[in-house]
Amino acid sequence: MIGRFNWAGIIDFLPQLFTGLYYTLLISVIGLLIGFILGAIFGLGRIAHNRIIRGISIVFIETIRGTPVLVQAIWIYYALPLIIQFELGSVTAGIIVIALNSGAYIAEIVRGAVQSIDQGQMEAGRSLGLNHGQAMRYIIWPQAFKRMIPPLGNQFIISIKDTSLLSVILVPELIFQGRLIAANHFNAVEIYTTVAVFYLAITLTLSFILQRMERRLDI
Amino acid sequence: MITVKDLHKKFGDNEVLKGIDCEIQPSEVICVIGPSGSGKSTFLRCLNMLEPITSGEVIVDGYNLNDSKTDINIVRTEVGMVFQQFNLFPHKKVIENLMLAPQKVRKITDKEARERCLKLLEKVGLADKAEQYPQQLSGGQQQRVAIARALAMEPKMMLFDEPTSALDPELVGEVLEVMKQLANEGMTMFVVTHEMGFAREVGDRVLFMDEGVIVEEGDPEQLFSNPQSERTQEFLNKIL
Repeated sequence: MIGRFNWAGIIDFLPQLFTGLYYTLLISVIGLLIGFILGAIFGLGRIAHNRIIRGISIVFIETIRGTPVLVQAIWIYYALPLIIQFELGSVTAGIIVIALNSGAYIAEIVRGAVQSIDQGQMEAGRSLGLNHGQAMRYIIWPQAFKRMIPPLGNQFIISIKDTSLLSVILVPELIFQGRLIAANHFNAVEIYTTVAVFYLAITLTLSFILQRMERRLDI
Repeated sequence: MITVKDLHKKFGDNEVLKGIDCEIQPSEVICVIGPSGSGKSTFLRCLNMLEPITSGEVIVDGYNLNDSKTDINIVRTEVGMVFQQFNLFPHKKVIENLMLAPQKVRKITDKEARERCLKLLEKVGLADKAEQYPQQLSGGQQQRVAIARALAMEPKMMLFDEPTSALDPELVGEVLEVMKQLANEGMTMFVVTHEMGFAREVGDRVLFMDEGVIVEEGDPEQLFSNPQSERTQEFLNKIL
């Protein structure tokens, strides 16, 4: 039998969903911030002259890219504490998962963008007496960063949606709250529809911001 | 100013420079000509270590480039370079292109750098373009900015790697004019070029290179009107 949507009372659950939204945003923002830093480090490390640095970067990138986020979440929440002998809260674990996971993908974005800058730019900088680091910082990076923005936006959106998997390690984010409500009130259809709208609101806002940024940086 | 002894350069198994000896005096203008693939650009790039040297000796302003103790960044501040493709920084305004290295390497103040660089832009006739971006300029203007950018470090000598080869024919003159002015001021210059007129008029000495060696060198007038080697004759016949 096909029934119909029943939106009555959904408003009562909004505060709880907003709590979920708060954690989704918290983990996304902090996770992606750290992820970008990791991505910059490993992305540049991936093309470093030093073999050891390059090796470490490749191992990191390939390990993370080669395993599912879900496995990473479970491993960091349950297995990592056994190794470091230190209990991680689920939110902390969630942030680590998003940071590491996005970090590996962002590393490849960074590498691609840096390598796409014409070699003559580095040569011009070096020929003026700038050292490698200065040339990277003042000449290559600003140009590469501009090229990173579209793929970064893509990765940010993917990572934001990946936070939904963190419900399995008990992070009280959107999906976790939704499931809780649905289990108690038998309104899964309405709740998950609302949750979908919440995700859309986040990702569309982000797309909009990135689009404006792209336009502003396009000289 | 520059002493080169038995310079060899290999890319893998491919030997591009096969023993080059050369001496460049201060204020001298050297023009290097030769067919493509002869190693002229590689030779030039060895003089500021954009290409590492395989063997031999290159001494620039008293610094031995093959000595691992030599700080190549210091040598490069004394040796300006101009590229075939200009290689201006597209994300920076013209004036910022000039100011970057003096500020970051020479550590001079913002105000001092701006004054110095505006003067240089004036010198190459582009003071009014200071606040524009490189891509808003014509090729000839871009190359003149590139020359001014190299001069902003106040180098003791300048390397030019086919500076007019990427330009439309009608824009070549303005760049050569700036180079001529520089030569007249006594700048030491090493110019890889296909502009035989320039080599003849401005060069103190012309080197003809082929297959990784200097085949012939001498006074431009003499080399162009009365080349000694058969390969030089052949090359000049083809292009003149």
